[in-house]
Amino acid sequence: MEIATRGELAFRRFAFVAMALISVGMILPVLLMIAASFTDEKSLILHGYRFIPDKLSLDAYIYMVNQYKIILRAYGVSIFVTVAGTLISLIITTMLAYPMSRRDFKYRNVLAFIVFFTMLFSGGIVPSYILWTRVFGITDTYWALILPNLLMPAFHVLLVRNYYQSNIPHELIESAQIDGAGEFRIFFRIMFPLSVPVIATIALFMALVYWNDWINALYYISRPKYFGIQNLLIRMMNNIQFLRSSEGSALIGTGAVELPSTSIRMAMGVVGLLPILVMFPFTQKYLIKGVVIGAVKG
Amino acid sequence: MNGKLASKFNARKTTISLFLLTVPGLLYLLVNNYLPMFGIFIAFKEIDYSKGLWGSDWVGFKNFEFLFRTSDAYIMTRNTLLYNLAFIVIGTAVSIIMALLLHELKNRMSSKMFQSAILFPNLVSMVIVSYLVYAFLNSDSGLINLSILRPLGLEEISWYAEPKYWPFILLITYLWKTAGYTTIVYFAFMAGIDKSIYEAAKIDGAGKIRQIWSITLPLLKPAVTLMVLLAIGRIFNSDFGLFYQVPLNSGALYSTTQTIDTYVYRALMQMHDIGMSSAAGFYQSVVGFVLVIAANKLVKKLDPDNALF
Repeated sequence: MEIATRGELAFRRFAFVAMALISVGMILPVLLMIAASFTDEKSLILHGYRFIPDKLSLDAYIYMVNQYKIILRAYGVSIFVTVAGTLISLIITTMLAYPMSRRDFKYRNVLAFIVFFTMLFSGGIVPSYILWTRVFGITDTYWALILPNLLMPAFHVLLVRNYYQSNIPHELIESAQIDGAGEFRIFFRIMFPLSVPVIATIALFMALVYWNDWINALYYISRPKYFGIQNLLIRMMNNIQFLRSSEGSALIGTGAVELPSTSIRMAMGVVGLLPILVMFPFTQKYLIKGVVIGAVKG
Repeated sequence: MNGKLASKFNARKTTISLFLLTVPGLLYLLVNNYLPMFGIFIAFKEIDYSKGLWGSDWVGFKNFEFLFRTSDAYIMTRNTLLYNLAFIVIGTAVSIIMALLLHELKNRMSSKMFQSAILFPNLVSMVIVSYLVYAFLNSDSGLINLSILRPLGLEEISWYAEPKYWPFILLITYLWKTAGYTTIVYFAFMAGIDKSIYEAAKIDGAGKIRQIWSITLPLLKPAVTLMVLLAIGRIFNSDFGLFYQVPLNSGALYSTTQTIDTYVYRALMQMHDIGMSSAAGFYQSVVGFVLVIAANKLVKKLDPDNALF
């Protein structure tokens, strides 16, 4: 047990207070958004967004419940793209990483270079855009939301390779070979299940990439039916009135409540952030671990 | 003899199977990364879709001449470089200070909680970030105008029309979103420092400040050098979302929010000018590549163990 001097204790207390203040500061903007979304529209027009609402109201959320079709559709797109993108990404990432980890695979260094070089040099968005739209025709398809991000952090491949190299003994592969298992079998039955810890971390980061992506839709999507939640939010920010447009009012019907346009912006923000807010307490431990792994080994 | 042949056959079979596993990934990299790399030649063409990519006329450096004749080229280069410099210097300093504070805490519970809180902004999409910034800044209902400037009797500011404030706004937004991540990276390195070094220093009568100055910071130097050099290698790149969506794509703010990435997007998607956008993209890719190589050379010289390649 170490004994702390008085100076050290004072320093420790200072560090605690400072970090507590910084932490609160980090969360404050989100609290403002949540508080504003529950504030009465008239009070917002008078006093603006505030941390403590002087009059609570659920109008924005009630309005959104009436809009459920638009919001559910966007949620559905985001969930589908996140799940499909993460799964496909994981499979091709690990399939590429495994042979790179095998000391007896003679092309492993060439492979590592091919992956690594993509981190150094990029052709930029213009050739990619022309290729994806003119040659592959991904405009206004779900592929547009999935393909451009698949192996984006190429260093995930290198992370998985490092994991295989340092955590899984070569003897395991050899004994499986002696038992007559082919390489595909070894990979899918042994290596993939054994790498769950690193795969889980990567899955988490890929899911975040897909859930938070909106730039691909900016380039490749023009039809709102393919908008995920992020792009719906951009559209709401640009034009809150679109809810009142023919497309919007067809969903509300006549005799709808007055559009609470000030609070609904913040309520939409809350709806967009909700999955992150809900998942965060359960995943933060792995996220922090992931940051550290990425930093130390990457 | 037979056994040798059989093992040779097996080895070949293994190589083929292993190669087959890599095919999906390699095909993807070919399409998504390598073909576009060769595609940068379109910066030297005048693309006419009716003639096709190959059939379009070569125009030499004409696209670049047009690009660098505009003030856009200067503005976007200046903005990209200055923002990145500020982000590197201030971001690194803030992260190191926060990591030092975390490193002082002995209570694991509170340390974990603070780490979670500072990492949280990193998970928030730039679209949501633009909503949060909007909650503070918009002129009809923003917190700063209505709850701070108005009660103080100060003149309210239309933030989304005044370019001069945006360097500060974007710097604060950037720090809020990313400082937690780098703090945790530096904190992880500090946690790896041998505790007995501190004990020895204490016995020699070194105080806290002295320990930080003479032990923690010097031992952190390789990590900081590496992170800073990596950032310098990316100094021609910018976070598109931060410069496009957070200022809500406001045309009045271009003078302080336009970066190379936002220019490429606007030239391609809004002005439909493939020549200009591909020239800007080529400029960014090539200078970026040179910088990465140079940064790595420098790391290699300073600290060979930490070089990327």
